[in-house]
Amino acid sequence: MSTAVHADVNRRDFLFIATGAVGAVGAALTAWPFISQMNPDASVLAMAAIEVDLAPIAEGQEITIKWRGNPVFIRHRTAKEIELAKSVKLEDLKDPTARSANVKDGDPATDENRVVGGKEGFLVMMGVCTHLGCIPIGNEGDYGVVEGNVKSGGWYCPCHGSQYDTAGRIRKGPAPENLFVPKYEYLSDTKIRIG
Amino acid sequence: MSGPSNYQPKSAFGKWMHERLPIMELVQGQALDFPTPKNLNYWWTFGGILAVMLVAQLVTGIVLAMHYTAHVDMAFDSVEHIMRDVNYGWLLRYLHSNGASMFFIAVYVHIFRGMYYGSYKAPREVLWMIGVLIYLVMMATAFMGYVLPWGQMSFWGAKVITNLFSAIPFVGESVTTWLWGGYSVDNPTLNRFFSLHYLLPFVLAGLVGLHIWALHVPGNNNPTGVNVRGSQDTVPFHPYYTMKDGFAIVVFMLLYSAFTFFGPNYLGDAINYLPANPLSTPSHIVPEWYYLPFYAILRAIPNKLIGVIAMFGSILILFALPWLDTSRVRSGTYRPIFKQIFWIFVVVCITLGFAGSGPPDNYFLSHEAAPPDEWHLTYKLVGQIAAVCYFAFFFPILPLLGLLESPKPLPPSISDDVLAKKKPLVPAE
Amino acid sequence: MKKMLKTFVVAGAGLMLLAGAASASEVQRDAKAISYSFEGPFGTFDKAQLQRGYKVYKEVCANCHSMHLVSFRNLSEHGGPGFSTEQVKALAATFTVKDGPGNDGEMFDRPGLPSDRFPSPFANEQAARNSNAGALPPDLSLITKFRPGWFGTINQLFNGIGGPQYVYSVLTGYEEPSEEIKKEQPEGKLYNPYFANGLFISMPPPLTDGQVTFDDGAPNKVDDMARDVSAFLAWTAEPKMEERKSLGFMVIIYLAILASLLYFVKKKIWADQH
Repeated sequence: MSTAVHADVNRRDFLFIATGAVGAVGAALTAWPFISQMNPDASVLAMAAIEVDLAPIAEGQEITIKWRGNPVFIRHRTAKEIELAKSVKLEDLKDPTARSANVKDGDPATDENRVVGGKEGFLVMMGVCTHLGCIPIGNEGDYGVVEGNVKSGGWYCPCHGSQYDTAGRIRKGPAPENLFVPKYEYLSDTKIRIG
Repeated sequence: MSGPSNYQPKSAFGKWMHERLPIMELVQGQALDFPTPKNLNYWWTFGGILAVMLVAQLVTGIVLAMHYTAHVDMAFDSVEHIMRDVNYGWLLRYLHSNGASMFFIAVYVHIFRGMYYGSYKAPREVLWMIGVLIYLVMMATAFMGYVLPWGQMSFWGAKVITNLFSAIPFVGESVTTWLWGGYSVDNPTLNRFFSLHYLLPFVLAGLVGLHIWALHVPGNNNPTGVNVRGSQDTVPFHPYYTMKDGFAIVVFMLLYSAFTFFGPNYLGDAINYLPANPLSTPSHIVPEWYYLPFYAILRAIPNKLIGVIAMFGSILILFALPWLDTSRVRSGTYRPIFKQIFWIFVVVCITLGFAGSGPPDNYFLSHEAAPPDEWHLTYKLVGQIAAVCYFAFFFPILPLLGLLESPKPLPPSISDDVLAKKKPLVPAE
Repeated sequence: MKKMLKTFVVAGAGLMLLAGAASASEVQRDAKAISYSFEGPFGTFDKAQLQRGYKVYKEVCANCHSMHLVSFRNLSEHGGPGFSTEQVKALAATFTVKDGPGNDGEMFDRPGLPSDRFPSPFANEQAARNSNAGALPPDLSLITKFRPGWFGTINQLFNGIGGPQYVYSVLTGYEEPSEEIKKEQPEGKLYNPYFANGLFISMPPPLTDGQVTFDDGAPNKVDDMARDVSAFLAWTAEPKMEERKSLGFMVIIYLAILASLLYFVKKKIWADQH
């Protein structure tokens, strides 16, 4: 008699556990659409690449364009800025990695690794301070080229005082990383596609 | 809300919490151990189904609001953006639009159940009246939600319904202008409807809290209508009714899913996929199905003001139901004549629904126009007959019936009734 | 519960009988009841047909009708015509899209990109009316959802609203009017009994036999092209249909399993009370 009761109890427990498990799986799966809907939608993903014509940017000039809702700095650097950037020793850098989507993760932050295709004239990077996301101001700070009263190159973040050099590398202040270089490629000598 | 709980905190944390906020006692007393009549049938599961539907509408609605734009130039396209681009947007939107219909299916079953079993009678009048209030707020919420996609029927539905208020003597025009925030339904109207459509469901949730509170003071009615006499008549809510309701809820979800996935636009009006055009009225304006009976009553009366009064009156009369029914017997099961009249009333309500669905001057259930100035069975005439029947049910039929009808003998208690059904002396029919 | 089921069945049957004839007031003739591959709970789009339908839209309809809710990229998305992303890039580039303003402050034309929506053939509604003798060619993105081909509560429950059939019927439904109808015919309009806005339509018959040549060599009589383009417009109106049906199928199975489990749980729990 007692074994029969036990068997019945076991069957009962199994039924309850199975039902609970099936219900829990369903609840978890139901949650997914509600979470997933907050991810970038198809129209946002489709807009993720833009093309930029570099020809109108004169040496020493910089433009800012919007990509994925963020500013991208495109600077046509002067020879002096490039020279200054190249003269910096890696061990003097606060963040010695390139932080570029165009090279391997962890590659050194040499000036070559901060640009693409050896075209060292053009520096393309996110205009987003790696500290807390403000937009650094160009031609400011202690790490640009100084000729008389004129500063060229280098960036200074007004929010918390981070300073970047002429290759957009962090040199001073609270920001932990170099300005990020997005994935981009040259479609022609004067045309790039970002994204 | 003191419950029959003998909650004793088990853990040290439970004890600490209990001294500060005895919420677990509330849960145990009101949700888990709450003594519930043991004879509730499946018609009673619709309360739980409604709670689930309210949550479903809230959750899907909140995420839809993350993608929707309440502006006349962008509302329609933003809904299509949800349907086409947002991850699972089509699912969330179809769940929400079909959820509204499911919500109303459940609330109508719930209301008719309350009427059949006399759940509105003393001491549950306040419970019933809060329920009617919930129904009114639901209708307002659904109406404003329907305007948001800014399709043709959204716009013209909004225009027609808000124009109802222009029937109010003297101030009618000022009231509609105030409702619109302009001289027609336009961007200010859309924005305020969006705001209120987001707000009202939380008001609903609050009212539902009161509804449950008012339910838990006298406890549930039951199919016999006989009061609970002691613990032999009840079972704890959990697990008995959590599992029974749970089963019913999942079955209801099957119906909900069938519509959402395999006929998501069946319950809606096709013309609402055409963007709103304030310069062109669709050839035939109908509200969503759940308003049709009231729309039929509105159209049944040729006078604007009286039509509007009759329409609102047909809902407001429900507030008086506890006092219109003079019978001392609660459950329709023991009222042979009431039982028949109740089902006739259900048919009348459905007929009103159909009467509201077609063009007033067409033959009933046909798309052929009836010749004017003659006596024909048109949508309008059927609506008029059914409207008279609708009001007649509440007065004078219900008050008179309570005085004239001789009810069948009631079972002495719930458990006696359950036992009698368990061992029928004669084989079941 | 049996009694309750009985009530539902009786009520449902009653409703169905009542609803049998219920319908709206439209006077349009019921659309021709042709069938499509995407009908029914398991129906899917015929990719080759959608590709042909796209070609008909592009070469014929797009001259007057916009389709502003659809993007080129949609053409390569799952559950659609199944173009490759390379093909989409190429076909998007055959459209001219207005962009800008450029650095000179002027708008400029450029070839379409996959992320662009289909450009409208006219700058605005007034321009469209002006070019079409006062008539406005409707946007086609959703036409199969807002134009029912037939009416009736029960009819639509089992056969859908007949939106694609409506498009097909209008495209193939130009008829010579009877003498009586001819008297009412306004100048510049044609008799088409399937049309939703009255008996006469402003659009001249858009298709002629052999007008569009299909890459797959499929037949291209008016009837074939009308079928293909109406199927294509069914997809533009409901691009997530295949995803919806397949997910729905799994959800129904899941709920059925959970319901039966809960039924037995409920029975077990109530065993001591019955």
